[in-house]
Amino acid sequence: MRSTDGAAPDQHTGRWHTTAGRFRVASLWLGVAGLLAFLVADLEIITGTPGTEMGRIANGFLSPDFAATEFIWQALANTLAFALQGVALGITAGFVLAVFWHYRLVRAGSAIIRAVHELFWGLIFLQLTGLSPLTGVLAIAIPYAGIFAKVFGEFLEESDQRPAAALPHGSGRLTTFFYARLPLIMGPLRTYGAYRLECGLRASAILGFIGLPTLGFHLETAFRQGDYSAGAAVLYVFFLLIGTLRFWLHRRLVLVYLGAALWWAPPLSTAPEGTLRRFFTSDIVPSPLKGDGTLTDLWLWFARLMTEQGLPGLWHTLVLSTAALLATAVLALLLFPLVSPQFGNRFSRGAGHLFLMIMRTTPEFLLAFILLLLLGPSMLPGIIALALHTGAIVAYLTGRFTLYLPARADRPRGLQGYAWDTLPRIYPNVLALLLYRWEIIMRETAILGILGITTLGYYVDAAFAEFRFDRALVLIGLAVALNLLVDGLSRKLRQHLRLSINSGQFAREPMS
Amino acid sequence: MRSEALFHFSDATLRQGSLVVLEQLTLRIQPGEKVALLGPSGAGKSTLLGALREQQPQQVAWCPQEGALVPMLSVFHNIYMGALSRHGHLYNLANLVWPLPAERRAVQTLASQLGLHDKWQTSVDRLSGGQAQRVALGRALYSQRPVLLGDEPVSSLDEHQGLALLRQALAQHDSAVIALHDRNLALQCFDRVLGLRDNRLLLDAPASTLTLADLDALY
Repeated sequence: MRSTDGAAPDQHTGRWHTTAGRFRVASLWLGVAGLLAFLVADLEIITGTPGTEMGRIANGFLSPDFAATEFIWQALANTLAFALQGVALGITAGFVLAVFWHYRLVRAGSAIIRAVHELFWGLIFLQLTGLSPLTGVLAIAIPYAGIFAKVFGEFLEESDQRPAAALPHGSGRLTTFFYARLPLIMGPLRTYGAYRLECGLRASAILGFIGLPTLGFHLETAFRQGDYSAGAAVLYVFFLLIGTLRFWLHRRLVLVYLGAALWWAPPLSTAPEGTLRRFFTSDIVPSPLKGDGTLTDLWLWFARLMTEQGLPGLWHTLVLSTAALLATAVLALLLFPLVSPQFGNRFSRGAGHLFLMIMRTTPEFLLAFILLLLLGPSMLPGIIALALHTGAIVAYLTGRFTLYLPARADRPRGLQGYAWDTLPRIYPNVLALLLYRWEIIMRETAILGILGITTLGYYVDAAFAEFRFDRALVLIGLAVALNLLVDGLSRKLRQHLRLSINSGQFAREPMS
Repeated sequence: MRSEALFHFSDATLRQGSLVVLEQLTLRIQPGEKVALLGPSGAGKSTLLGALREQQPQQVAWCPQEGALVPMLSVFHNIYMGALSRHGHLYNLANLVWPLPAERRAVQTLASQLGLHDKWQTSVDRLSGGQAQRVALGRALYSQRPVLLGDEPVSSLDEHQGLALLRQALAQHDSAVIALHDRNLALQCFDRVLGLRDNRLLLDAPASTLTLADLDALY
């Protein structure tokens, strides 16, 4: 960042007073934190021969075997059914929450339920409702309700208040809402809903990794068995599903799809009677309290859980995500020229779009899974996966944003243009996007543990596997606390840097 | 304190947020009066209208300036909004989803009077500025309340059409206070003229005693 454009050194102190300076300081801290994280992170490549394995995987991708998994189409239908029902339920619940958005309790509750990752919800509901469609649906619906509540609430707050104010006195709140509030936000809601369905499909696929019968289940099985041709086939089906979304997702057909989803996978529980009661009255009660343990026992239990699992998990989550944030920033700044009309030619942009599309469509969890097979369970695959996925999203949005930059005839070209014109202009947006994505990176980092990297999810997964649900809930609580902290910090930083709400809107609908 | 006046201010200060817009305002408007409100832009016409509306919220047919319509809804729905307070939630929601025949006929008649007969199913964001303005006036008329408060309700219409519509609107209400920028209209259609300038009510006189030159002094 060498942008000191428009700056004048203060005659008396010799100091610069520029807006870019503020961004530079923020970037410096981000860079220092990221470098420190890289220094302490475990970046070891554990597998002996990543080259050979990579060759086999590449071979698999070149010869996908669609006949290998007979259940692939069934898995596809499940993936779709869970996502459609989950998103529909999430929208409905989020809508109700948004109407009460002015209550602090509703806002806080929404923040907490969306801070818990879909996979964590999945692990919880596996205990409550068994290996059933209901588990898949609720694992998506609950966090999405929190997300939708926030987005709807903000849409309503930001929308034009004048039509509602102009209605005759005595029109009633319900009538006012449907006549003069809801129509104003319907357009953005629809766009956002479509984008969320795409996210829901990704989440649904990933839920296969904890045992639900979606695409992720067959993907994991195939890759773990080294049957890369079958794995590649599943992945291609997944890409096809996301890639064709815009062709089959029509407003008028949504109800038809939803009906089909309900028919294919009725959201019923398979858990035996009494599971729910046992879970809340016995399973999640901290073990020392079950016998005749004292408060001291409880404290010792908690302290031991924290020192052995909680704190290491938190630390690793923090280190991995901080390193990933820096890698994301660097990657995004390097990649966005690929899709910016200010650089390259038609062919380079076409290739760039394809690459970024694949990277941002592939869930980071999936990328991490494949990289883990290659590199072994260190932090390196996690960092690369998060950086590739998030970096591709930020690069794509940034590239798109350069469309709106003024096209000066005398602007410098190539590297000069990048450093002196484009970068200083788009830097605030890049920074805003990164700060928005920080929370998401943190959320994803926590669940990478399920794959074997020692972040919080590793200990959560282990606790569930050992049927120690009391521990699991404490650890999930830690993940929530970390997320809320990062969310708050990110908001403070954005305010401090005066990154506009516009860049936020921009960040909200990345795929539209 | 009991007062026969429809609207009443005594040495009042009107604010927009923390900004003082009108000071030392003393004003009485009786039922039955048709009052024109003049003054340069920013003089406080809209603020005064808002304050009048607060004094008689249930009596007022309200026709604010811009941005009061819901752009993505049809002319029918925007005009029908005037009647929202007359009906229950269920009836209103039914009309939102599927306009009922009785309301449809009533709104269609009104839309024809406003020169919008072929537009009643068109959304407001597809209309011209003048057409949208007529929809806003239509909504106020459809509220069927005795006191019309309008903020430049005919400013985007041509002289002839503006005069005709204003006369029609005034004839349908017992009382009215209308902000205008067209001084001719003020003298032609109203009993009384108020003039605002420099945060003050500078002029308050029967229209019959005023000339265009008197009104020019306001600007």
